[in-house]
Amino acid sequence: MDNTILSIKDLTIHYFTSDFGVCKAVNHVSLDLKAGETLGIVGETGAGKTTVALGILGLLQSPPGRVISGSIEYQRKDLLKMSEREMQKIRGGQISMVFQDPMTALNPIDRVGEQIAEVIHLHQHCSRIEAIDKAMEMLELVGITRDRYLEYPHQFSGGMKQRVVIAMALACSPHILLADEPTTALDVTIQAQVLDMMNQMKKTMGTSVILITHDLGVVAEMCDKVAVMYAGEIVESGTAEDIFDRTAHPYTMGLFTSLPGYVKDAKRLKPIRGLMPDPANLPELCKFGPRCDKTCERCSGELPELVEITPGHFARCFSCSDEKGGK
Amino acid sequence: MGELISVYELQKYFNVSSGTLHAVDNVTFSINEGETLGVVGESGCGKSTLGRVMIHLLESTGGKIYYKGEDVTKVKPQKLSQLRKEMQIIFQDPFSSLNPRMTIYQIIAEPMAIQGGYSRKQIDDIVYNIMDTVGLARRLVNSYPHELDGGRRQRIGIARALVLNPKFIVCDEPVSALDVSIQAQIINLLLDIQEESDLTYLFITHDLMVVKYISNKIMVMYLGQVVEMAENEELFAHPLHPYTQSLLSAVAVPDVHHTRNRIILKGEVKSPIDLGEGCRFAPRCRYATEACFKTTPQLNETIHGHAVACHYPAGS
Repeated sequence: MDNTILSIKDLTIHYFTSDFGVCKAVNHVSLDLKAGETLGIVGETGAGKTTVALGILGLLQSPPGRVISGSIEYQRKDLLKMSEREMQKIRGGQISMVFQDPMTALNPIDRVGEQIAEVIHLHQHCSRIEAIDKAMEMLELVGITRDRYLEYPHQFSGGMKQRVVIAMALACSPHILLADEPTTALDVTIQAQVLDMMNQMKKTMGTSVILITHDLGVVAEMCDKVAVMYAGEIVESGTAEDIFDRTAHPYTMGLFTSLPGYVKDAKRLKPIRGLMPDPANLPELCKFGPRCDKTCERCSGELPELVEITPGHFARCFSCSDEKGGK
Repeated sequence: MGELISVYELQKYFNVSSGTLHAVDNVTFSINEGETLGVVGESGCGKSTLGRVMIHLLESTGGKIYYKGEDVTKVKPQKLSQLRKEMQIIFQDPFSSLNPRMTIYQIIAEPMAIQGGYSRKQIDDIVYNIMDTVGLARRLVNSYPHELDGGRRQRIGIARALVLNPKFIVCDEPVSALDVSIQAQIINLLLDIQEESDLTYLFITHDLMVVKYISNKIMVMYLGQVVEMAENEELFAHPLHPYTQSLLSAVAVPDVHHTRNRIILKGEVKSPIDLGEGCRFAPRCRYATEACFKTTPQLNETIHGHAVACHYPAGS
């Protein structure tokens, strides 16, 4: 049975800027999210991870951003073709988002509890009293006592603010939660608390999660499936085991060998040489080619496609697909 | 090799409107020449303040600092300028720590201009040599910081710290703002120059994997105090303090088969203002007893070189 809940096909998003020309932030990205699953989108700064999330929610700032092509199918409807009115019903209700920076995601002059109640009031068509009650319940669910309902965000620590943001995102029991680097701004012990809480909420509510992060440790802990993005493209995708145990793409490999302690007893780390290409001036062939140690003749002549190397495990590299073809 | 720098009961209190903020509270340790002491702890534990006090960017409010056996706790401006030649700092944020109106050449040459005694030719040579050492292309010499990415800017910060041939460098989260592939480049660079010039580092970070990779000795701080200190392998193999244990268990390990016995801490760090008696970690500690709230545990050496400040350390 196909239980795909969100299906992104061939999504391309560009930013048209007067200073830098066309920034090709997201190029032909296709992703499927299954019910109850956590999908990790991994990549470094500028890989296009956040742009994908903003695209799903219709929150792209336009101009300069514009969706060039593709579709995002949710409940047999294309989110990209929906009117703003329809989108507003979905956003925050059925699909919600946790932003990276809890310090700026909350309204500083509005009481914390009220901010949660507002979401509930808007989406669940209930009375204000019911909304307040539900908001207090949500606060307790994320480990904050009811009596702090009337406090302001500045009275909360970073970890608690992020929990409020998560409570707000989960208040309407969304089908899909988009979490954009939810723990990056937090300390490790607080990160552990928040991840633990997210996992529990996921279990009780059955929410599907798209987790955007650069931290492979967080991915290993949370995700069932993983997509690795580089310069706006998916370069490798598969189950978490595929990515961690049977790493195929040289970029993914480079991310691992850059981590301290990944290669045991190495005297020096093995970083990826060079820098991420400028999205306004991408290489014509393989985007990773200029930084790759595994280039072959084909790399200088043609563009690698995303190829299924084993069932469900895709990689965009000739070195992976050729190995398979040779067998 | 001998001791290069040491501090004894170092203290830095700030007077704030609501009381006294204990940023660094009676910290004692020493670092051997050519070695790296890693300082770990969460935001607000006083690790950055400690680094700044050690190199006199902030004045201590108590305790002693010894450099090469000499008491440098209080120094006159003239002596300070000499000390600054030997002690440098690399800052966390490569975006705000560089003057946007200066070219790379001016930024790297500035310490020499301040110290004086260099000819034009010498400055030129040193700037270009340092740029080679830290892996900055010479063609960038007249660029401004905003033209460069985070990794290159951090290289400028490192070049500026190296230009006077210091002995001791405080690295204050030098790789935290960088992407992992760039972070690895910078860590390698820091290790290379340490090996070449026999540098001594105080390496401040919240990233336990980085500290494990780079340090000889590690010191764990909580609310201004040292709670545990040990050799690198020893600390990771036998963490004794409940805080260290939960810190190590909280690391997200990049391995899908890793079994996690996570110790989730309750609550949050309490305020560092007007701390009373008692263990500062006690409100979050799962082993805390009444005694923990009453008397402050002292940092005691248990086995050789492994010190812990806890009434009930693991294994006791």
